[in-house]
Amino acid sequence: MGKHVLLVEDELNIIEAMQFLLSREGWQVDSHSDGATAMDRVRQIRPDLVVLDYMLPGKSGMDILKELRADDDFINLPVLMLTARGQSRDRDQAERAGVSRFMTKPFSNQEVLNAVRDLVRAQAQ
Amino acid sequence: MAREGLTGSRIRERRVISGLKQADLARQVGISASYLNLIEHNRRRIGGKLLLDIARVLSVEPAALTEGAEAALIATLRDAAAKAGLAAAEAERAEELAGRFPGWADVISTIYRRIGALERTVETLSDRLGQDPQLAASVHEVLSTAASIRSTASILVAEQELTPEWRNRFHANIDQDSRRLASSSKALVSYLDAAEGDTEAASSPQEEVEAFFAARDYRFPAFERGEESLDALIEAGAELRSGAARQIARGILEGLAQDAERVPSEALEEAVLEFGIDPIALARHFDATVACVMRRYAALPERPSGLIVCDRAGSLIFRKPVTGFDIPRYGAACPLWPLFQAIAAPGQVIAEHVVHLGRSSAEFRCIAVAEPVGNASFNRAPLLNATMLVVPMPTGGEAPASDHMQVGSTCRVCPKAGCDGRREPSILREGL
Repeated sequence: MGKHVLLVEDELNIIEAMQFLLSREGWQVDSHSDGATAMDRVRQIRPDLVVLDYMLPGKSGMDILKELRADDDFINLPVLMLTARGQSRDRDQAERAGVSRFMTKPFSNQEVLNAVRDLVRAQAQ
Repeated sequence: MAREGLTGSRIRERRVISGLKQADLARQVGISASYLNLIEHNRRRIGGKLLLDIARVLSVEPAALTEGAEAALIATLRDAAAKAGLAAAEAERAEELAGRFPGWADVISTIYRRIGALERTVETLSDRLGQDPQLAASVHEVLSTAASIRSTASILVAEQELTPEWRNRFHANIDQDSRRLASSSKALVSYLDAAEGDTEAASSPQEEVEAFFAARDYRFPAFERGEESLDALIEAGAELRSGAARQIARGILEGLAQDAERVPSEALEEAVLEFGIDPIALARHFDATVACVMRRYAALPERPSGLIVCDRAGSLIFRKPVTGFDIPRYGAACPLWPLFQAIAAPGQVIAEHVVHLGRSSAEFRCIAVAEPVGNASFNRAPLLNATMLVVPMPTGGEAPASDHMQVGSTCRVCPKAGCDGRREPSILREGL
């Protein structure tokens, strides 16, 4: 069984494309589209990596990130944040909250795959 | 404004100082009084022989009639040099540049001002993106859909061995997303179009208001006499492009109407002859506030003066310039201005003889007062507006007295040494 990634994203077609790409890379892919219950899902499946959208219904990706970093179990969990908000203050805020990587939409598939590989490699070291 | 744009004001100031009537000067230089009136209100350009003739009749050097415009140009060039990080020695050559290459100096000045306006537009749009939830959601929708299409299309192109099931699914997703993208981008454009009608993001409303007042020489005689309505005045103001500018101008003009009712121009002219430029005596005479009297004085046609108003935060909210007293267009003004002293002592009238450390070290009598605005509340300090009247003082060509307060425009272009109020180094001298 490969490593486990959780996509927290409300764009179903993005989830589908990411599922296809990451599955081919050997990842076990789960998805969740509601911000309010995303933490419950993380606790339930305990993924090796989270791909987190910034703007989500129910709770923002930024709030979810802060909850993850406040929880000892997920303090080092790699989080790749995808956002349509490319403003430097959003990036600064995410970096201060402990994001592992920040990427703005529209991204290329290769950028996402490279980021995921980098994060897994860094986690293994 | 073009360099020639301020020459008319300068001619008017010199004529008034000389005690000549408009008709007398016009007759002596062989033009009609109405044409001279247009020149004095900066509605006709002037140069060549006519400028020389006017200078001769007024007994001044021709350059004295254009130096106000040159000072503004040089101040802008110095600002541009500061922003570009030019060395102090190079920045000091702004005057030489304006003198030797006036056309190029105008080009640099115009482009610099344009850059400033565009930077503010970008800043406003950036703020709007960050703070307007509807715009942020629309942009997020467009970019997310674009991300989905890009990702899916890349898979379709790159993956030759896709199963028909996946291929069909991705085609359907792209079809669905492209429809969404068309719809969400249309919605975004409609939103931006609606916002553009109110061009707040494209320019500064304050600048539009200033252009409106400057074009009318800060005077509205027909409106004051009730011969022109406020709505008609605003409607005719081509400079007031944004809703915000129209709203600001309306507020100022409503205040002007109230001021004019209490202190009519003609009555003020007579009272000034009796009391001199003494806002306290004039306020008593008209049973008006000191700030009201100063606003009315600044609007008198034959008495050159400047008027600056700031709010409690120190932001300049009204500027009527007067030659020799440079008022910064952007950024903070000189903290030594009596205007800001007044904020610290509401109700106290502060009068100072100041030397403005510009190119000509001109002298002025500055009178400032801060008065409450809005309604009173229990246990809450009132909001204040401070008003400063700036009256040029005749110097007779002598050097200014050393005991007068020395002030500048803004730190970046102020040469004053050892100033306790300095916030940042000047480009005109090394160090703080």
